[in-house]
Amino acid sequence: MSKPYLRPYQKPQKLSDYPLGTASEAGYLVTKNSGWRNERPIITDECINCLQCYLYCPDGVIFKTEDGLDIDYDFCKGCGICEKICPKQAIKMEVE
Amino acid sequence: MAKAFLSGNDAFAEGVRLARPQVISIYPITPQTTVVERISEMVEDSSLKSELIHVESEHSALSCAIGASAMGARTFTATSSQGLLYMAECLQYASGGRFPIVMMNANRSTALPWNIYGDQRDSLSQLDCGWIQVYVEDAQESLDMALQGYHIAENPLVSTPVMVNLDGFVLTHTYETVEIPSQTDADRFLPPFQTENKMSLDNPKNLAFSVGPDNNMEFKYIQHKAMLDSRRVIEETDAKFAEIFGRSYGGLTQGYRIDDADYILITLGSITGLCREVVDELRERGEKVGLLKLRFIRPFPSDDLVAALESAKAIGVLEKDISFGYEGTVYTNVNSVIAKNGLCLETYNFIAGLGGRDISRENITAIFRHLQTGGQHVNFIGLGVTIDE
Amino acid sequence: MSNKITAKTITDSEFFYGHKACAGCGGSLAVRIALKVLGEGAISVLPAGCMSAVGFNYPHLCFSNNSIISTFAGTASMLTGVEAGARAVGIKNFKAVGLAGDGGTADIGIQALSGAIDRNDDILYICYDNEAYMNTGIQKSGLTPFGAKTTTTPSGENIHGNLRPKKNLFEIVAAHDIPYAATASIGNLPDFINKIEKASKIKGTAYIHVVAPCPIGWGIPVNETIEIARKMMDCGLWYLAEYENGKFKLNKNPSDFSSIEDYLLAQGRFKHLEAADIEILALQRDTKWATIRKNWNNIQEEL
Repeated sequence: MSKPYLRPYQKPQKLSDYPLGTASEAGYLVTKNSGWRNERPIITDECINCLQCYLYCPDGVIFKTEDGLDIDYDFCKGCGICEKICPKQAIKMEVE
Repeated sequence: MAKAFLSGNDAFAEGVRLARPQVISIYPITPQTTVVERISEMVEDSSLKSELIHVESEHSALSCAIGASAMGARTFTATSSQGLLYMAECLQYASGGRFPIVMMNANRSTALPWNIYGDQRDSLSQLDCGWIQVYVEDAQESLDMALQGYHIAENPLVSTPVMVNLDGFVLTHTYETVEIPSQTDADRFLPPFQTENKMSLDNPKNLAFSVGPDNNMEFKYIQHKAMLDSRRVIEETDAKFAEIFGRSYGGLTQGYRIDDADYILITLGSITGLCREVVDELRERGEKVGLLKLRFIRPFPSDDLVAALESAKAIGVLEKDISFGYEGTVYTNVNSVIAKNGLCLETYNFIAGLGGRDISRENITAIFRHLQTGGQHVNFIGLGVTIDE
Repeated sequence: MSNKITAKTITDSEFFYGHKACAGCGGSLAVRIALKVLGEGAISVLPAGCMSAVGFNYPHLCFSNNSIISTFAGTASMLTGVEAGARAVGIKNFKAVGLAGDGGTADIGIQALSGAIDRNDDILYICYDNEAYMNTGIQKSGLTPFGAKTTTTPSGENIHGNLRPKKNLFEIVAAHDIPYAATASIGNLPDFINKIEKASKIKGTAYIHVVAPCPIGWGIPVNETIEIARKMMDCGLWYLAEYENGKFKLNKNPSDFSSIEDYLLAQGRFKHLEAADIEILALQRDTKWATIRKNWNNIQEEL
């Protein structure tokens, strides 16, 4: 499993710190999206691991774990699509 | 090495063949067309092994070349006039992305009125698009600059696209004897294209990104610096070329009898040959005249100009261009160098050859007279009517 | 046994992640899923538009596969260059994929797309259709449906939003005799996934037109993106189909449609529609389906 992930970023100090052209390492993240949220989804015990939330999440922040599913709250925007799509109402939106 | 009787376009196509571009996107426009015809024949007979892509517009021609260059492939395309303007967005894209594409431009007037003949308003209107611009004089220089173009563009210090300009018809369609280098020598001169500015499966990259106000100026400064640094690379390339092929063009400019000249005419492109003859005629009469061919206009050869012009009394700029409401663009550029360096000389501008108007030997002789006697600064040469005010 | 990619079997890797798309963005879901199916060999070309604007701001770069922004008009032409260039430098096991919106595909990019299909370049072009220029703030595109209010087709007393029907891009593409074309919707991801998988194996040009609602532009709550996409299919204003080997095939042929009003009036962009406007849309739908049912071969059983 791989995905773009957060890296340290320091604004370039000299010209040679910049890349050639407009080409830089793929999947290089420097900021989170967690501040966008008013509500966060919580996966409850009702979850049957049908993976609908995982599939339909526009941000891909729901990921598989050994025991089921978990959410990367660094990048969840709190849209609530997962709550809507869940056939068992196993996801609750919780005010931040 | 072989000799052949070739048009400027044919010669350029031979240069492209020797440079072995891996991807070529083609779209026809007069008077560029015979270049893409020759290249198609070369791909057909396997003397050029390249992906030949028949795009549906000039915008796509350059967009396609950018895509291929972004994969690390050496690429070529060619255009002219309206086509160059149609791809204008992609011109800045290619230079900002630092894709070292080589493109031939057959200099042709731009509409309106429609006109298929040669002047240089098409490419000179794109001086600020970030491409290295070179203007060649004859078929041999056309071939040679196809090869040199890649050598300059792909230098890691430069990594900037190169536009090689051939005067429409006068050069693109005129036949001359041309020396065609051997592939072995061409390969010795031009190594395979290597760059870090590309996508690859081993080292995935995101290309052509946005850069906000916090970093944008630095990217633009770096682009500018690469263009300035290219001046040295252009000279080194010419020297290396001379070593292998025995022909040299002098780098950014090429002077002719300028050492003791009081009156120097600055030219670009194919008109230079005739001007050289006029210089010889006047020299025979003891007149101290000379000629300076601007080969590159971006980067601008400021230092060469100062060295060439500093002891002259008056200079003229002959160009097939007019920036409406002001003067010829080359003249503006030359005047800036003269002012910045405190040179004390008179400067005159001669706008000629628009829409393919012939520039005669008499016109050029009269231009040298004008330099000697003085007169109006900006002059239209060869107008067929009197100007009724 | 079917080897179809499912939620269980699709790669855990994410290729479009940490982007700044609006919450509930349908387009970003389409791009995410497409890249998960195509995997790390995908080389994506995205024109200036939402997905490039939200994913490509140096130093924050959200695609973990090779990706490049093209000019707005140049998705397909750059895709052609990328494909040819990759082959020319000896890269194997890659797929050049275009991910462009409706304006970038049906309007400014249609010439380059037509050229690429005409050459039968070995590329996959995916149009995520959110039915307007959303990145610039909801302006009418050639794929904006009849009646929709956008910032350039306001609804007033005289004009009730956009006056022209949605361009039929799927059939325009098919008319090139393309090897493979399909319609899809993010409301039905299993179908979309299968089509991407199928398209990725086509030698030559493949095109997928996936409807991807934009909550902001459509005027719906951000959690209803999937629901509205499903309603659009259920009411018959979108259909799932394929074009292959010169033949059209309807993937899903519902025996009856759900309420068209329910679909339309759930959205801010259609709130102003009057009964007569809705009647026009219903008539357009019925005419289209009559033609489809009459002319398209191999109509399949309801999935």
